[in-house]
Amino acid sequence: MRPGRDGGRGAGREERMVPRAEFRSYYGRPVLKKPRWKAPHMPGYLYLGGLSGASSTMAALADATGRPRLALTGRLTAAAAVAGGAGLLIAELGRPKRVLNMLRVFKPTSPMSVGSWILAGQGGFTMAAAASAVTGIAPGLGRAAGAAAAVTGPFVATYTGVVLADTAVPAWHEAYRHLPLLFTGSSLASGGAIGMIATPRGDAGPARRMALIGAGLELAAAGALERGVGLRERPDLVSEPYRAGRAGVFLRSGRALTVAGAAGAVAAGRSRVAGVVAGLALTGGALCTRFAVLYAGHASAEDPKYTVVPQRERLTTP
Amino acid sequence: MSNSLYGPLPDVAEDAGYTEPPERRGFFTDTSVCIGCKACEVACKEWNAVPDDGFALTGMSYDNTGALGASTWRHVAFVEQTRPHQVGDGVDTRWLMASDVCKHCTHAACLDVCPTGALIRTEFGTVVVQEDICNGCAYCVSACPYGVIDRREDDGRAWKCTLCYDRIGDGLEPACAKACPTDSIQYGPLDELRERASARLNTLHEEGVTEARLYGEDDSDGVGGAGAFFLLLDEPEVYGLPPDPVVTTRDLPAMWRWAGGAALALAGGVALSFLGRR
Repeated sequence: MRPGRDGGRGAGREERMVPRAEFRSYYGRPVLKKPRWKAPHMPGYLYLGGLSGASSTMAALADATGRPRLALTGRLTAAAAVAGGAGLLIAELGRPKRVLNMLRVFKPTSPMSVGSWILAGQGGFTMAAAASAVTGIAPGLGRAAGAAAAVTGPFVATYTGVVLADTAVPAWHEAYRHLPLLFTGSSLASGGAIGMIATPRGDAGPARRMALIGAGLELAAAGALERGVGLRERPDLVSEPYRAGRAGVFLRSGRALTVAGAAGAVAAGRSRVAGVVAGLALTGGALCTRFAVLYAGHASAEDPKYTVVPQRERLTTP
Repeated sequence: MSNSLYGPLPDVAEDAGYTEPPERRGFFTDTSVCIGCKACEVACKEWNAVPDDGFALTGMSYDNTGALGASTWRHVAFVEQTRPHQVGDGVDTRWLMASDVCKHCTHAACLDVCPTGALIRTEFGTVVVQEDICNGCAYCVSACPYGVIDRREDDGRAWKCTLCYDRIGDGLEPACAKACPTDSIQYGPLDELRERASARLNTLHEEGVTEARLYGEDDSDGVGGAGAFFLLLDEPEVYGLPPDPVVTTRDLPAMWRWAGGAALALAGGVALSFLGRR
């Protein structure tokens, strides 16, 4: 009989590491397949989708409240980000030429199907709004498209939390409450960050406040995930991949950058340079957070203890 | 359409939209009579023209296949166990051998999450990938609670056991079951297999093999019962199987509620940011 071994290089250096789990396995091999989603595609898409969603929403409100400069930044960012994000998604397919099969059906049980349709809407609306803003053609239609993108935007930023959670990977599935909120915070911070970088100080007030609200939510959600707060079964064990290894390094780096960026956003009202530096730090923080989520999923699937131990305990504790 | 995401489902093919479908078909793999000959692995490869999956030696007893995957649709596990003699000194060594396969779940997460409709439920209640549709998004790979389906990287598409859809439609049994010399792999209508399995379990228990248990036969389990179920001689995780898998889409309504709330929070956060004067 082979009791499983608690894997994880450098595990001993971690502070809140879970005591070695005794469990049985087949030669220590994983039960689950390691997700095929990889870096930089998946985290890059998560970031760009979030950026597009927050920016399109910001642009519509800037438009409605008479802030043309911020509206232009938002429209251009939203369109560029969704285009880049879609490119990464397509590149990650095993058969990129079959990308249009994503729109072959509408399937409510598949978050990726629902997301593909939302993304198609976001792409169309943001492109139209950006094209109109740049060329000055059909401003009324551009404004309507921008308003529509303010409806699709929040969903583009958050549906990816459902995509990841709707898997058998314990670190993702059990975090189905955290991931959408984490992505909301991170997306707000990302949109605010580009807003601060690309808009003159006087027009960027809402972007600075977005960055602060977003950073706060991102830090809160990431902190809860890291400590296992709000996870149902074996929170200490299931959240371990967010603390250990590569994911842990990215999550902590993301936190440091986000804290620095938030501090910079406070100072950005008086200094454009502070705004640019803060924007870069928040962007780095949002990217690190997304990489942490991907690598936590990989680690969670690769070690059978994360699959077996909670399930075994479910069976033995009535 | 009740229990479409979770829980027992009286007729899985009917739930998928077929009218008057044939009886649900499946596998009963009785590992107590498996001799580890791997004829199932070979027959599957031959019939389905599945490419090789490497020629590595694993050092895991006689198992040089490793696990199910895109190019391994039957996998024979070899578990070597030693335990003290019941009487006297010394140790007993036993080999557990088990041929693993796709479970063809009642609630199949791979099928639920597939965004293209490439994965379908057949009239026999089995789950099949349509290779002319699959675009290799790999969602199914992460959704399967058993780690069965995978993407073939040189080909870009996801592959797994079809329960020999092309054979059973013609009244033949799947290649692995046909090749199995000990009837460890049995194919047939699922109801009949369940009866046979329960009788076999009783026999083993009467003969003193108290560690015998069925795995995947219970339609009140986390996947609504498996179309391919097993008789095991130890805990499932010893064979590399999850002890209590639950289809991830059970929680999908809750996931969307949280995402919807998060989307509202994002819109609210942006709106809040515009309340200031500057």
